Order: sequence, then C-alpha cells, then structure tokens
Amino acid sequence: MLLEIRGLGKRFGGLDAVKNVDLDVQEGQVTAVIGPNGAGKSTLFNLIHGFYRPTSGSVAFNGRDITHSSPHNSVSGGIARTFQTTHLFDDSTLLENVLAGRIVRSKSNVFDAIFHTPRHRRESALNHDKALEALEFCGVAEFRHDLASNVPQEVQKRTAVAMALATEPELMLLDEPAGGIPEEETTDFGNLIRSLPSRGVSVLLVEHKMSMIMDLADTILVLDHGQKLAIGSPAEIQSNPDVIRAYLGSTKDEEN
Amino acid sequence: MTLFIQQLFNGIALGGIYCLAAIGLTLVFGVLRIPNLAHGALYMLGAYVTYFFLTTVGVPYVAAIGIAALILFVLGVLLERLVFHPLRNAPHTHHMIAAIGAMFFFQSVAQVIWGADFKRMETPISGSLQILGAEISAQRIVIIVTAVIVLGLLTWFIKRSIHGQTIEAIEQDRTGAALVGINPAMVSMLTLGLSALLVTIAAGLVSPINLLSPTMGAALNLKVFAIIILGGLGSLPGAIVGSFALAIAETMTSTYISSAVGEAVAFIVLVAVLAIRPTGLFAKAVQR
Amino acid sequence: MNALKNPRILGTLAVLVVIALTPLAFGDENYIMRVITVGLCSAIAVYGMNIILGFTGQLSLAQGGFFGIGAYAVGLLTTDFDWSFWQAFLVGVVGTSAIGYLSGLIALRTKDEYFAIFTMAIGFIIFLIISRWESVTHAHSGVNNVKFPEAGDIVDFSNPTAMFYLVFVILLVCVYITYAIRRSSVGRTLLTIRTSEDLADAIGVNVGLSKQLAFAASAFFGGLGGGLYASVVGFIGPDAATVDKTFEFLMFILVGGMGTVAGPLVGTMIVTFLFEFFQDFQAYRFIVLGPVIIALVIFAPRGIVGYLGGFIDRRARKRRIGSIRTNGQSRSDGATHTNASTRAGNSADTATTTEEEK
Repeated sequence: MLLEIRGLGKRFGGLDAVKNVDLDVQEGQVTAVIGPNGAGKSTLFNLIHGFYRPTSGSVAFNGRDITHSSPHNSVSGGIARTFQTTHLFDDSTLLENVLAGRIVRSKSNVFDAIFHTPRHRRESALNHDKALEALEFCGVAEFRHDLASNVPQEVQKRTAVAMALATEPELMLLDEPAGGIPEEETTDFGNLIRSLPSRGVSVLLVEHKMSMIMDLADTILVLDHGQKLAIGSPAEIQSNPDVIRAYLGSTKDEEN
Repeated sequence: MTLFIQQLFNGIALGGIYCLAAIGLTLVFGVLRIPNLAHGALYMLGAYVTYFFLTTVGVPYVAAIGIAALILFVLGVLLERLVFHPLRNAPHTHHMIAAIGAMFFFQSVAQVIWGADFKRMETPISGSLQILGAEISAQRIVIIVTAVIVLGLLTWFIKRSIHGQTIEAIEQDRTGAALVGINPAMVSMLTLGLSALLVTIAAGLVSPINLLSPTMGAALNLKVFAIIILGGLGSLPGAIVGSFALAIAETMTSTYISSAVGEAVAFIVLVAVLAIRPTGLFAKAVQR
Repeated sequence: MNALKNPRILGTLAVLVVIALTPLAFGDENYIMRVITVGLCSAIAVYGMNIILGFTGQLSLAQGGFFGIGAYAVGLLTTDFDWSFWQAFLVGVVGTSAIGYLSGLIALRTKDEYFAIFTMAIGFIIFLIISRWESVTHAHSGVNNVKFPEAGDIVDFSNPTAMFYLVFVILLVCVYITYAIRRSSVGRTLLTIRTSEDLADAIGVNVGLSKQLAFAASAFFGGLGGGLYASVVGFIGPDAATVDKTFEFLMFILVGGMGTVAGPLVGTMIVTFLFEFFQDFQAYRFIVLGPVIIALVIFAPRGIVGYLGGFIDRRARKRRIGSIRTNGQSRSDGATHTNASTRAGNSADTATTTEEEK
C-alpha cells in the first residue's frame, strides 16, 4: 500500500473538520476524494501533507509513519501537491517555476555554487533537463520562456502539475486541478492526470467536476461533514443511496 | 519600601505613557496591517510642537498639548495619504522601508528647526504628593490621571461613535467591512491621525520630566513595538497590559539592577517571547 | 565565454573596472580615497542585506549591529589586546556569523513584521551593549588607533591606495558569491521564499532552515564589512552599530536594486557620493533623502540595476519566445518536437542561467 490513512482527525476549536477517516491509496491508481463544500477535503490534504498537525489518527507512506512530518519532509519523501487556487511564481518564467520544483532534489550547496564544482555543473544540467521534460510531459514546453502571469489559466494549471512532477514524487495530491478550466478542455486535462500513473506517479485528487471524476478515478472516497460516507469504484459510488441523498441534500450548502 | 512605592508610581506613570503610544500603534497595525516604524518620530515631533507652543508662543500647558495633538493628527492623516496609501498593495517590506524614510525626514526637520541639542521643557506643574511615605511628583500623578481619562474616552469612542465602530469593524474583518459600505481608505487615515494624536498627548505629558532631542523617539519606538508584540499585534487590551507590565519591569530593573539592564529589558523580553511564541504572547493561534 | 555576451555581466564588470581604476584619478587625494574605501566597506555589508532582504524577502534591521560587532572586534582586539589585524579580523567575522546563526534560531520561526521587529531588537541590543558596556567597549570615547593589516614588507596598508585595493578584492569576492548564489539552486530556494512561503513549503523547501542560513550569511557579510571599516578609518565609536546605520544600508540597497548582483555596489557608491556632495548639510541630508526613499519605494522599488535588468530580460525573453514560435512547433508534434526543443533547451542553457542572474 502506498498511502495508509487510519482514523485521521482534526479539530478546529470545537469543530471536527475531519473525523476518523480511513483511506488506502494503491500504487499506480488514481484515487479521488469528493464531497460537498466544507466536507473537509482540503483539510484532509493539508493533514496528509503536513501543513496541519492531526489531532488523532495516523498517516503512513510506503510503510513509514509520516503523521507528524513537515511539508518539506513530505515532499522529499515523495509526496507532491498542487493547490486549489493555482500557485505559481508570477514574475518568473514557466521554466523557472518548474526549476523551483527541482530544489528538493538538489544536493549541491552554496560552496558548490561558489566554486562551480563538477557536482554543481552536473546537477544544473540535470535539473534543467528534468524541468524541461516535466514541461514537455504536461504539454506546455512551448511556453517555457513566458512569464507565469502571462499564460492562460489552463497552461498555469498544467505548469503547476509540471512543478509538482519535477520534485519526482511517487504520490501527487491534486486539489481541484481542473478548477477554472473551460469545460471543453477538461478531457485533455483528464488525460494528463490519467497518464501520471504510467510514470510511476500515483494520484490522489479532490475534484468537483463529477463527470471528470467518474472517468478518471479507480477508487472514490466520499466525505461528508469530515467523515467517510462511502468508498468504492465509480460504479459503486454512483449507485450508493447515501451518496445520492447527500449530494441532493447538499446543493444548498454549495451555493452558500 | 518607600523606594519601592516610589518606583511603583514611576512605573505606572511610565506605563501610562507607553500605553498612549502603544494603543495608537496597535490600532494602526490592526486597521492598516502595517507596523508603522515612524511612530517614534511622530512622538518626537509631538514633543517639539508642544514645546514650541508652550515656550515660544507661550500658551498654557494644556492648550499647547491640545494644539500639538491636532497638528499631529493632520500630519498622521497626511502620512497615511501620501506614503502608506500608495503602497497598500506592495510587499510588506516596502511599507516598513517607506516608514523609515518618513522617520528620517521627521528627525531632520526637527533638527533643522530646533537644533540637535537637548531641550528642556519647564515643568508647568510643580509640587509633589506624599503617598504611603513616598514622594510622588505632581507631574507623574497628572500623567497617570490623564492616561486613564484618555483611555476611557478612547474606549467610549471605539465602542459608541460611528467612526470608532468602523475602526473596530475594519480591524476585525477588512473585506467584510468593505462589503457593508465602510470606506477603508477613510478609516485608515482616521486611524493614523488618531495614533499620532494619542502619541502626542503622551509626548506632551512626558516632556517636562525628560529632555527633548530629535532622536528621542528611537528608543520609545522600539519599546512600543516590543509591547505590542507581547500583547499581540492589533490587540488593544494586550497593548494596555503589556505597557504597564513592561514599564514596571523597566523601572524596577533600573532601580534594583542597573539602568542599562532597565533599558534593555524590553528587548530581552521581546526576544524571549518570540523564541517561545513566534507570533507574540496573546496573538490568536494561527491554524497551520 | 558566453557570459561576456550577457549585458548584465558586462554591466557589472564595467562598474567594477571603473571602481578599480579610481586610484588612478584620486590616488593622491587621501581623503577621497578614504571616502571611497569606506563606501566599499559599507557595500560589503549591503551585500549581506541583499541576501536576506533582496533574495529571501525578509527585512532584517540587525545589519548595523552586525557591522558594529565586526568593527568592534577588530577595534578592541588590535588595541586593548594587541592582536594582529588578521587574527582579530578572523575572530570578528567568525564571531559575527556565529551570533547571526544563533539569533537565526529564533528568527527562522518568525515571519514578515515579526521578523523585522525581532531583528530590530537584536540590532538595538547589540548597540546598547556597545554604547553602555564602558569597561570593555569604552562606550562614547570609542576606540582609537585601530591597526592596519600587517603584510610584512610586501605592502604597506597604511597607504590609502593599498588599503583600497585590499577592500576592493574582498568586495570582488562578495560580488562573485552573490552571483554564484543567484544562479544556483540555493538562490532559487531563497527567491522561492521571497515570493511565497506557502508555495516554497509545498515544493519541499525547508523554509525555516533556509531563513536561518540566509540570516547567518547576512551577518557574515556585515562582520566582514565592519572589520575592514574599523581598520580603514582607524577610529570607531558606537555610531558604527546604530539602527540608523542599518537604515543607511537599507537606502543603499534600495537605490541600487534589491536582489540584484550589482545593485548593492551601485547604490552604495551613488548614495555615498551624494552624502559627500551634501556634506555641508550632514545633519539635514535626510530632509531630502527621507522623501527620496519614500518616492523610490513607491515609484521605483526595483532600484537602478533592477530596472536595467528588467529591460534586458524583456528583450531577451522576446527574442527567445520568438525563436521558439517561428520554429513552428506545437504540442502535437510529438517525438521530433521533444528532441528539437530539448536541444534548443540545452543550447539555451547558458542563456537560462544568465537570465537568472539579475
């Protein structure tokens, strides 16, 4: 098992944002988390990645306990993430953005840089190749010298994935990766996510676009009020009466 | 024991001064989200303008403080309009750098007009009181009483008046306040003006027992920042408690250890607090 | 070799050559040489500020304090303790870095205004110690007759021109270190923190440790500049360590350009020159310079070198984007496209690295 979550919980003040969640993420699969707004999906991501400290439960990655590890340790351990609102370095080119993702895999230090050691030269070349390859894979290499603030939303979203890829993860957490992308382009974007496992990158994602999830995910976890409502294959989820009820009952929540 | 009581009163009086200075600074932080590094310079200018009206023009003491407070209020409004307002969307370092520029400017102006030498403001209130065997100068009693009155008025202003309530609303939720029709730009000017007014009252009160110099604001600036960080940036009760706690700690260490330690105590406490709680003692816990 | 085609590097080299040649013009004027050499000492400290403020985006107000520690270490050790300059200099620089590293242990946990105020407190504590601990630092009487560096019979550093070249060589090393950091992944790490600490966290940057090291590095440069300064001027007083000194450095870097390689040097030399020019109004210079700082930060926050660099970047980017687009590649080109653009990428490798050296 790649990622094992057991009894994970987080209380803010007196409220349970996430309560007693179990989830297994299989290697080579795309696993999705869905649920109405405020169901605790983003909190769950922040708990896995170490932005929040869980109040109960445990997270294990590749059999190693990472419940209390900090975000930068999670990334070096092989878990990358993207944010719901696209986060890029706006004043930098796309290439520079993706190069930033290489920092965590860089071993050369300040003295290597000052003395221009062979290790530093080798690593600079390697970083450049890897960054370019990640941009290629995400289909945005032609924009690599454009500033991140000057490219369309879809290109930004793809670059965010490329930046996460550049950290050489085994697992990628994608928080609404297709949010803000026009409907007709989501299929293309879905294909990109679908192709990640073939690179040895398993995926855990949160997404609102229901049609996209059903085509994409191998396993779906449904959260409601921070708790597990159901888990199973897309077909099982679609026919689950609890899920249908929660979704019909929650349309009002979503508008709030 | 007599010495202790004497120093306790000195500490409370100093606390009143810190309090008037700290409240304005913490309000400015709460509303504008900027640490106004020029606050100490406003204090210094407030002292000089009071001195000017008292000594050169010759108006009575209370009137001199009043006129100076109004002039500084206008200056605070201008500072917000001309310096901080254009920078409202800039990175946070830019505000601080601009405030430092303003501070230099104010210091230079004071030096050009009044010279670099120390000035003494004659005590308009003389005499002293015997309390529990200790002799407390009347000026210190005036400081304590005025501080309490001003704090009371300020609390009333913030809780009861329209302007005060808008300040509080913005401090709590900037976007929310904008949504209900409060004009944040107006409130920002008002707040900075108010902070300059309060710090001028503090300067006018303390000037008769201290000397005036163009750099008199520097040490106060740092101490007041230490206070509002202790109390949590943006917190009024925190600023009040922090002011008196720090002032008493300062007078006591000066008396019983050494004046250098007394001067440094604020910063030692500040460093210690930030080591334990990087966002100050009473700051709301940030969810991470 | 490619580096010489880069206008940024050419510009920096031109500035350095001009400064290197100043003794030809003013070699006989001891006063002018002294002023220029003091400027270079400040510039070294400003390079420290550049790492923490320019690269990492954290306003450190302790730099004057670190400058003071370096100056007083050299001053006191070479006079009261009769050490040689080099021993004192080494101890001063190592000591300043150590103090920077230790205070960085706390600084790494604070951010934004808390970091600024914390470092201001550190700077003020250093100043208080220097100005009040009379039995050791002589407080306001200062330290006289600080030694010149010893060099046997080879060079006589009491000669202002010789001293100038010593400071200049050390400055060159600082400029090079800044350049090397800027184009390496270390520099990228710091710039990432400047842009967004959350995003830096998310891509695996150890934000706290990086801040701590950047702060220690800024202290290192501060001590280096301060130690040289003590020897250049021969007399130091507590004003070498004031918070005002920090503010002066801040103005230098602001005029030159934060986060650039040449900015600290350019800004320091220009403002030092202006200070001299307004020397008759020493005390009043901030009547003009205060509003200048404000105007710069409002209207021209990137500084002289920052704007020149931005101009060069835009032109370079246009050229490169143009060349990619005219090659007529699109995403669907598949395999051939991958090869071609990888090759294009490699040949552009030097260009990409240079692009990052502002």
